[in-house]
Amino acid sequence: MTKSSKLNRGISRRAVLKGAAGAAGLAAGSGAITGFPYVQAADPKVLRYLGTAVNEGDEISKKCLADTGIKIEYITATTDDVTKRVITQPNSFDVLDTEYFSLKKLVPSGNIFALDAKKIKEFDNITPVFTKGQLPNGKKIGDQGTAPWKVLYLEGANSKTFSKTPTEFVTLIPTVYNADTLGIRPDLIKRPISSWTELLNPEFKGKASILNIPSIGIMDAAMVVEATGQHTYADKGNMTKAEIDLTMKIMTEAKKAGQFRAFWKDFNESGNLMASGETVIQSMWSPAVTKVRSMGIPCVFQPLKEGYRSWASGFCVSKAVSGAKLDWAYEFVNWYLSGWAGAYLNRQGYYSAVLSTAKANMTADEWGYWMEGKAAVSDIKAPDGTVLEKAGAKRDGGSYDDRMGAVACWNAVMDENDYMVRKWNEFIAA
Amino acid sequence: MMLVFALFFLLPLLFVTIVSAWDYNEYEMIPAFSLRGYTDTFEGCIVELPNLCTILKTYLKTLELCLLTWVLTLLIGFTVAYFLAFHVRSKTWQIVLTLLCTIPFWTSNVIRMIAWIPLLGRNGLVNRGLEAAGLIKQPLEWLLFSEFSVVLALVHLFTFFMVVPIFNSMIRIDKRLIEAAYDAGATGWQTLVNIIIPLAKPGIVIGSIFVITIVMGDFVTVGVMGGQQIASAGKIIEARLNALQFPAPRPMRSSCSASRS
Repeated sequence: MTKSSKLNRGISRRAVLKGAAGAAGLAAGSGAITGFPYVQAADPKVLRYLGTAVNEGDEISKKCLADTGIKIEYITATTDDVTKRVITQPNSFDVLDTEYFSLKKLVPSGNIFALDAKKIKEFDNITPVFTKGQLPNGKKIGDQGTAPWKVLYLEGANSKTFSKTPTEFVTLIPTVYNADTLGIRPDLIKRPISSWTELLNPEFKGKASILNIPSIGIMDAAMVVEATGQHTYADKGNMTKAEIDLTMKIMTEAKKAGQFRAFWKDFNESGNLMASGETVIQSMWSPAVTKVRSMGIPCVFQPLKEGYRSWASGFCVSKAVSGAKLDWAYEFVNWYLSGWAGAYLNRQGYYSAVLSTAKANMTADEWGYWMEGKAAVSDIKAPDGTVLEKAGAKRDGGSYDDRMGAVACWNAVMDENDYMVRKWNEFIAA
Repeated sequence: MMLVFALFFLLPLLFVTIVSAWDYNEYEMIPAFSLRGYTDTFEGCIVELPNLCTILKTYLKTLELCLLTWVLTLLIGFTVAYFLAFHVRSKTWQIVLTLLCTIPFWTSNVIRMIAWIPLLGRNGLVNRGLEAAGLIKQPLEWLLFSEFSVVLALVHLFTFFMVVPIFNSMIRIDKRLIEAAYDAGATGWQTLVNIIIPLAKPGIVIGSIFVITIVMGDFVTVGVMGGQQIASAGKIIEARLNALQFPAPRPMRSSCSASRS
């Protein structure tokens, strides 16, 4: 540290000290710290990037530095901690990478700054999933919950109101999104699974799990309740108090009957539960499924007939960012959408916001496997070169259109969020 | 001294109490008087009587875990300290063995969780062993993600906090007292009850304070080892802070810091 702050004095000694303090604070909370401040003596273009571990690849920051000269310092936190940090310490980051559903908390706080769509080169090429709520082929997507197109625009530069019609003030420039579903162990279940109801099927008593992040877990719970036919929600992402009570009652009964083996919070936990056979069916995220599979254990990200629960994230900047730093932020976001990063994300099983530029950076075989649901012609490799799938394999759930077209709802912050969190706590305590 | 106490204990406690009476929404605390933090936290506590509401049930559960952990760490900690103080003669060995007791602190919580699954899990060593020995037919589910595993992990972690203060008190006991007791015809048990335990009391009290305060506030071990299915006071505070309901956990937090004092 001594050495780096010495060399860095010309640039911004404060930034280094702040970075270190932030990192120390984070270490207590969430473990992994990636971007530790270091010296870039010739070029002082540094952006502090706050986000979850999901999008923070070392490869991306290295490539970005090589292409643009911008040094990305990652500040890694969990979804909840990212939000907390934006609210309480808006000066501790420059670029924010967060999910659309948290905007309902972040925008009213006034701590983030809307980016100008006119300065984003590829903005018009961003997939209509974000801008219109439909696939490139025109098919409409489920809009329950905090769907990105509901919170994409603000009425003015400093407005705290979401605009229903497109404006040039964009809350988050879209980057990455995916459709989530249940993960299963086909070798232990030994029969086809096709519905969310299976999560509460007594056949899997003591072998099921759900994630313990209230705003996401409640959506999985709602998918299950609706699939069992016990209630049809007007909007799963914006329940009434009575609907929250009903949902939690059904989940609590299942919990008391011993349906759940454990709940998970960190996606590594979900991988361990699945790999060790403690659970055979559970809420899961794509990278955890990949991780279990790469251990040689069969695990399927199972498409279900009721559809997927989707999430999406994007970039904005702290309100404290201005001048040259703001220009770098635009430069960085433009670089991010220019293709290389998009291809990198697509190869991890996520989806990139600008499909055309990502396609130009992938081989035809890769594009076919990840995006078109075709059988792989040769082995499919992860960005780091390890083999993910052998030639001939097909992606779970099929093509982009099949998967994103079947989205039923989006991660959400409800009007009754406060009440929901209390009820969720009761469910955990029951 | 008084100033330090006021500055670092009374003043923060006062702030916590003030904030607990603020209103709040999704993204900020509103400095207006409101007892919402209290009414929300203790929601249904009066209506549901004689049944206990969530928050009281959770506290009861936390106290139960705390009590179990305290009894076990005390028994084990006292025995280990007794062994170190009276059976190990050489200073070097005493130091070496005390250092060995710190081993549980070398691992992080995540590592510990990963380490317990192969041992206690459904397909773990213990279940496999018992099945092979013909003692059980079905794997024992309560070994992992249960109160048993939570208490086991807490005892494993925190016994050391009992060992050190008790050991410290014991080595200060004048050996001549024990010889005198022996000469006067006291049995081993009488020596223990009438001499060693009374003189080791300060260590026992300090160790108990360590263990009880840590367990009362713990949410990581309870979360990881309980499979996130067991509530504790600390876990509720964590969940509500994550939901940005800052004033709401304050009523609970002030009771926690009071118990820590």
